[in-house]
Amino acid sequence: MPRTEIKIGGFGGQGVILSGYILGRAASIFDNKNATMIQAFGPEARGSATSAQLIISDEPITYPYIVAPNVMVLMSQEAYSKFSPELAPGGMLLTEEDLVATHNLRSDVKHYSIPATRFAEELGKRLVLNIVMLGFATAITNIVGREAARNAVKVSVPKGTEELNFAAFEKGYEYGLKLLKGEPEKVLA
Amino acid sequence: MHADPIGVLTGAHFIDGDHACSEGAIAAGCRFVAGYPITPSTEVVERIADRFPFVGGVFIQMEDEIASSIAIQGAVWGGKKAMTVTSGPGFSLMMEHIGLAAMTETPCVFVDVQRAGPSTGLPTMPAQGDMMQARWGSHGDYQIIAIAPNSPQECFDLTIHAFNLSERYRVPVMMMMDECVGHMIERVVIPAAEKIEVHNRKVYEGPKENYLPFEAGRDLVPMMVKAGDGYRIHVTGLTHDEKGYPNMSVSAQGKLVQRLMDKIRLHADDIIKYEEENIEGADIVVVTYGITSRTAIPAIEQARAKGLKVGHLRLIVCWPFPEKRIRELAGRVKSIVVPELNMGQMVYEVERCAAGKCNIVSVPHAGGTVHQPKDILAAIEKSIRGK
Repeated sequence: MPRTEIKIGGFGGQGVILSGYILGRAASIFDNKNATMIQAFGPEARGSATSAQLIISDEPITYPYIVAPNVMVLMSQEAYSKFSPELAPGGMLLTEEDLVATHNLRSDVKHYSIPATRFAEELGKRLVLNIVMLGFATAITNIVGREAARNAVKVSVPKGTEELNFAAFEKGYEYGLKLLKGEPEKVLA
Repeated sequence: MHADPIGVLTGAHFIDGDHACSEGAIAAGCRFVAGYPITPSTEVVERIADRFPFVGGVFIQMEDEIASSIAIQGAVWGGKKAMTVTSGPGFSLMMEHIGLAAMTETPCVFVDVQRAGPSTGLPTMPAQGDMMQARWGSHGDYQIIAIAPNSPQECFDLTIHAFNLSERYRVPVMMMMDECVGHMIERVVIPAAEKIEVHNRKVYEGPKENYLPFEAGRDLVPMMVKAGDGYRIHVTGLTHDEKGYPNMSVSAQGKLVQRLMDKIRLHADDIIKYEEENIEGADIVVVTYGITSRTAIPAIEQARAKGLKVGHLRLIVCWPFPEKRIRELAGRVKSIVVPELNMGQMVYEVERCAAGKCNIVSVPHAGGTVHQPKDILAAIEKSIRGK
């Protein structure tokens, strides 16, 4: 896999950073890839649109920042307005269906959305929205394998919440597969 | 000696450079940390405070950086390995006690996770602006060792190395990290404790009446005892003789300061550490350290793809500086390009050693982010234009 840049955005408290962390951990610890994650540290990380920047590659990662993300996972309208113009040509955009209205979306962007908040609520905890998104992103992008992602979820969520988080992950993953009709999409990098 | 397994979290982790630094310190045997938390170094002490209760360590959040940098030296003379952690504004406050550690030959580690300055500057953004301060920040003549990691893995490995060097040569060692490396999360593999080499200070165990705490043998590094062992010791920042007592003579000053300088110079070849790539036959060498070594790689690759013969020398140990190697390279290349996240600091060392033998091009950056590879590429191309 060539250098692939991923940006996950949302508002503070949605678990944006954690979902980026789990994806990076899945790649670098459980999937034999290299991963570099940088998170927003300024005042923007406390309240408004925040983001996790992740690079995943089979090659060593030199330049540590993302330049033009190939994949973007967005969970708030503000994050969409702020970040979506940065998407690389032909990039892939994954959004939370009820939280993001994708106005003026560029025609070269491949867009997929999921009602992740509703799914999380059905599971009894709105909090696991980020893990639903993670499952969805895993299915759609195939950047990390399902097992690697599940393993990373297991070791990254609070003890005792593993089952709930697995359920959230599978909900997103299955929905993603259904959208693709079983055909994983290729990420352009 | 090997690391004490109690402090070693063997396995593969996905952690940031700050946390990796904490783990390196614990693996090296550090059991005392005093600090005044400051962005972007806070995560180092946060993790130390979290982990120390499980390994028998003591962490104190002090009233300021001045107190932190002296508390660690008390702990060292009490027999512990110790470090303090800060960023630019705190590093400035610690200068006086870096001199004290050099003068009293107190082995200790100062971690500086550099952010953009001067003054309060950009707290959450990277820079490499403290490189000269690390070498020259305290008054008087002395030597230190400074190390620049470029990844979380190196924050772990090189923090262990920093402790080992400080114990071996009894000097303050600076871990010159930066915000980017400190907050970057990557895989960090922590080996088994028996695979981690740990050095401890040479301890004097001879007869009490003969002990001279500042008498050095041929390696110029005196043996230590700890307070409470029953040996007579006196530790002072004043110029002192072998007994450790103040001696206000020109000869005592000359002898002591000369040895403080020579003990690092004598061992410089063992301490100096750098990495080279494509140096043979190169017309241009890019000299980097820390995070800049990574941002330079795409630029070097692009330049090589254009047919330019570009090599890369990355300083891992920045102080002492690899004078001999730079002097030698300057005699056979056309240019040396030095990108740094400052307005030009280590480039002065490169210029000094090159002594006009080749073209030196600084690629300055005031900090706040990292270099764009295209700026380094442009400097590489410019460096041999018209030559």
